[in-house]
Amino acid sequence: MPISDAPQTQSQRRPPLLEFNDVNTYYGELHVLKGVNYRVGDGEIVCLLGGNASGKSTTMKTILGIVQPKSGAVTYAGQPINRLPTAERVKRGIAPVPEARRLFPRMTVLENLEMGAFTRTDTDEIESDKERVFALFPRIKERLTQLAGTLSGGEQQMVAMGRALMARPKLLCMDEPSMGLSPAFVEQVFDIIQAINKQGTSIFMVEQNANMALSIADYGYVLQTGEVVLHGSARSLRDNEMVQQAYLGEMKAQ
Amino acid sequence: MESWEILLQQVINGLSLGAMYALLALGFTMVYGIIELINFAHFNIFMVGSFIAMWLMQLMGFTGQSHILYGLPLVGVLVLVLCVTMLSTGVLGALIERYGLRALRGVSGTAPMITTIGLSYILFNVILLTTGADTKNYSNPMPNIRWEIGDAVLRLREVMLWGVSIVLMVTLHYFVRRTKMGKAMQATAQDQEAARMVGVDVDRVVVITFFIGSALAGAAGVIFGLYYNYTSFIIGYTAGLRAFTAAVLGGIGNIPGAMLGGVLIGLIESLGGQYIAVRWTDVIIFSILVLVLVFRPTGLLGRAAPTKS
Repeated sequence: MPISDAPQTQSQRRPPLLEFNDVNTYYGELHVLKGVNYRVGDGEIVCLLGGNASGKSTTMKTILGIVQPKSGAVTYAGQPINRLPTAERVKRGIAPVPEARRLFPRMTVLENLEMGAFTRTDTDEIESDKERVFALFPRIKERLTQLAGTLSGGEQQMVAMGRALMARPKLLCMDEPSMGLSPAFVEQVFDIIQAINKQGTSIFMVEQNANMALSIADYGYVLQTGEVVLHGSARSLRDNEMVQQAYLGEMKAQ
Repeated sequence: MESWEILLQQVINGLSLGAMYALLALGFTMVYGIIELINFAHFNIFMVGSFIAMWLMQLMGFTGQSHILYGLPLVGVLVLVLCVTMLSTGVLGALIERYGLRALRGVSGTAPMITTIGLSYILFNVILLTTGADTKNYSNPMPNIRWEIGDAVLRLREVMLWGVSIVLMVTLHYFVRRTKMGKAMQATAQDQEAARMVGVDVDRVVVITFFIGSALAGAAGVIFGLYYNYTSFIIGYTAGLRAFTAAVLGGIGNIPGAMLGGVLIGLIESLGGQYIAVRWTDVIIFSILVLVLVFRPTGLLGRAAPTKS
């Protein structure tokens, strides 16, 4: 159910890069996503809020094609991508920063970054994107020959983001970017997300830290047991009573 | 023979067996590293490889040791036979993966492994029923050149065996470490879902892994025939089991581990046979395996359960 100012906001939004229309995803018998609709405008930061087992990670997996929806349409850049394999989606510009980072632990930091550019063949451009990643994450540059599995959580998050950027994505899908990070790092990570967005990459982000997420997002969706129960501009969501109670309560209390 | 000559001779023999086991162990370890499956069909892909090479040489007019070649023609024939055999067993392995095992991928439990045992039996019986149970005198154009070091003997076939094994292992190492496909294999082995998410076509990686492992098994099959001058439908079991042991000893899933494990098993076999008793070879090999696994369950070079960062 859209909240009060949603209709206006909807119409003010930018043309869609990614859209979910009535998407139903199952794990075996389990109905996980129940007719959800999302829309990520070109150049926007959109966040998806929700508790455990609400279907957030399944949403990510559906975008990437790791699970296939049973019905409904996933549209990216104007084309249906429901049946495309993951590799093809990555080629078209969807890059994930998965939950818990999922780096290749026994590869070096540099090799991890290069794996991010796996589907690309434009060697020169890849080199210049490496420099762009080093500019965003100076710390990575000091760790290039280190095995990724030996990095701290915060450093791994940076490498994971760097690896995703190496695909030169149009859409960055981030699953819990703040998970397991110290508060100082969390702030840094969100600053960088904004910087990446300003360089022209759209961002779809699943996040438990609703306060942080809504502070940088343009638009948000609230997912409960597989259904979108609320959506609207980030500002309207922050002012919404239900969101405050369910997701921002703790932050206020502090 | 002096005792040092006996030792030298057994080391030469052990390294020869070891190089062959290592080639064979690589296929087990690579497939396990990628999809955690023990591929028992590998035993008999090796055996089929030795037959394919023999048929090829028969087609070229070599029966038994009738024609002996020297110099460039010898190298040419061996390289040709090796390449065609490796290509054939590679394709055989890839077909087995594509049509025998892919549908079972992700099925938990022992079904995929049992299927590999079934496929192994199919290969075994096809060769048995089409060629008969007798031991085949191998087509072999290699001259019996030998060098004597004291009373110990080093033969051309041992040098050939070492040469082929080293070239193949160095090539494999370079391929896995430096090429894009090699990196995709490493990535898939370390985290399959993450590999998929950076755009790696995992199905392709798996089928190529089967191809490479099976091609190496084919090379080991050629080497077996040329080294022992015979082949038979039964050779897959002893050599395959020892190579599998070598892969576990070195740390299953670990490529340098398979090479080390192969050489160690070869040396244990020859030295144990010399200094203890040939009859006890298997007991010795498997006792050492058990001991290593008790004290170092991940094998000599294996890592603890892979950290998924």
